[in-house]
Amino acid sequence: MSKIIVFVEANASGTANRASLEALGAAKSVGSDVVAVSYGIGGAALDAPKHIALEGESYSPDGTAADLAAIFAEEGATAVFLASTGVGRDVAPRVAALLDAPCFSDVTELSDEGGLVFTRPTLAGKLITRVRASGANGAAVATLRRNCFGAAEDGTTAGAGRPAAADLKAILTEIAAKEGGKLDVSEAPIIVSGGRGLKEPANFKLIEDLAAAFGNAAVGASRAVVDAGWRPHGEQVGQTGKTVAPGLYIAVGISGAIQHVAGMKTSKVIVAINKDPDAPIFKLADYGIVGDALEILPVLTEAVKGAMAGA
Amino acid sequence: MNIVACIKRVPATETQPKVAADGMGLDHSALEYMLSFYDEIALEEAIRSKEAHGGEVTALTLGPTEASKELRDCLARGADKGRVSLDPACHPREPRTTPTPTAATDTARGAELVFCGRQATDRDNAAVGPMLATMLGWSCVTDVIELHIDGTSATAKRESERGIEHFRFTLPAVITCQKGLNEPRYAGLKGIMAAKKKPIEEAEPMLVESATEVVGVSLPPARPAGRIVGEGPDAVPALLEALRTEAKVL
Repeated sequence: MSKIIVFVEANASGTANRASLEALGAAKSVGSDVVAVSYGIGGAALDAPKHIALEGESYSPDGTAADLAAIFAEEGATAVFLASTGVGRDVAPRVAALLDAPCFSDVTELSDEGGLVFTRPTLAGKLITRVRASGANGAAVATLRRNCFGAAEDGTTAGAGRPAAADLKAILTEIAAKEGGKLDVSEAPIIVSGGRGLKEPANFKLIEDLAAAFGNAAVGASRAVVDAGWRPHGEQVGQTGKTVAPGLYIAVGISGAIQHVAGMKTSKVIVAINKDPDAPIFKLADYGIVGDALEILPVLTEAVKGAMAGA
Repeated sequence: MNIVACIKRVPATETQPKVAADGMGLDHSALEYMLSFYDEIALEEAIRSKEAHGGEVTALTLGPTEASKELRDCLARGADKGRVSLDPACHPREPRTTPTPTAATDTARGAELVFCGRQATDRDNAAVGPMLATMLGWSCVTDVIELHIDGTSATAKRESERGIEHFRFTLPAVITCQKGLNEPRYAGLKGIMAAKKKPIEEAEPMLVESATEVVGVSLPPARPAGRIVGEGPDAVPALLEALRTEAKVL
């Protein structure tokens, strides 16, 4: 059985972020022993037998990596798990280099087959690769993709404080909040994405209105409209944008090019709206409507508003 | 300033991959290759840094001799020289996060700035840049969307779920490049002609054993077939009903 160190990071409001709690849940499902190491959640309680809370004035990915590597050695652990977030993906390879271990990014499944086996998509999800660590120490570092593992429950183990390492190379000086506090596509449970079928940038207002009607939806975009300058890079879903797996993905005026599909095909439910009945997106969608997005969107938005009000 | 851009040739984006007969990797026999998308941004930033601060840009890749084709493209866009760290067996020994950055350390040691793409678009592992920096004891900022260099001091911005993160650091450093950092240039005719005279050297890097064992490779399961609920705005009630009662997402 394995002993796993799990890094629990804070979200913008200073509580443990959900993706980290999913990493903790994943570790508990395959590990005999789990040590949670948190930063920035003020020692708040977690569902783990042991919880170390790093305390430091400045955050740096190198400092956190040094702490995780030191705790790995002290605990005699076999693996380090982080959430596949901007922070987790930044820190994990540094921990791997310090431990002389492989780094497996964006893991979607885990199993214990006489040692941990990690399943991860490659080629933007067109290929599934299963790997295990085979180095002399057998150590592995992994980041776990969100929405793939059940989150750890509320816990009772408060963090024991530990001074964070002073190994600061690149130092975080500021986090500027995103414009209007908009929900990011990588975190949203519902995504409404638009493509060329919207015809012009101003028509994305209809996409924004539908997202607003759900209340907890983010706006996404195809590569074509991002490259055309209609929408910001941060909204792009696909092989050269963000990979997402929300509960509901609504693709509007998006044909379903392989590079877009790669970023959203593991969404739980997919809805496609497109005027071309032969568009490849309909092969992927659970539910499709054939027709002009500009006519359908306002009606759909009103219907969703009604449904949410009645819920 | 000596600048290195780490690049990789990857299967073309439109590739529909096939699994090799032994079930342990990608069938490389019929693949088309291209320069990895984010590596174009890394190369562009390397060339812009040279234009702003002087120096020389080396485009570095690890792979078989054939990878010099992608290096020639980098030279045409403005890199000064190319270097192939030879690894004829790079495909059978995939995936290997530790050996790749190890092989880059020799070339990187002679530089002040190393640029990598945020991830290669084949393995999507996003590990080489920060692993290389950690092996060298250098600063590293990943997924960079804005970079300013002033002597040996630098600042960079990256986007995470928390917002736009601002970092301060000193050179030497490894930067991994995200879409939005710049708009990569294309090679012009003049560049293509000039590239023919630029050197590409081959090197025998230190290749350590991979600490990764492949258990198996497969194609992802197909999604169950869906259905068209109707045409035009009149289909909206049927869609909502399906989302509520079948999919239960409302």
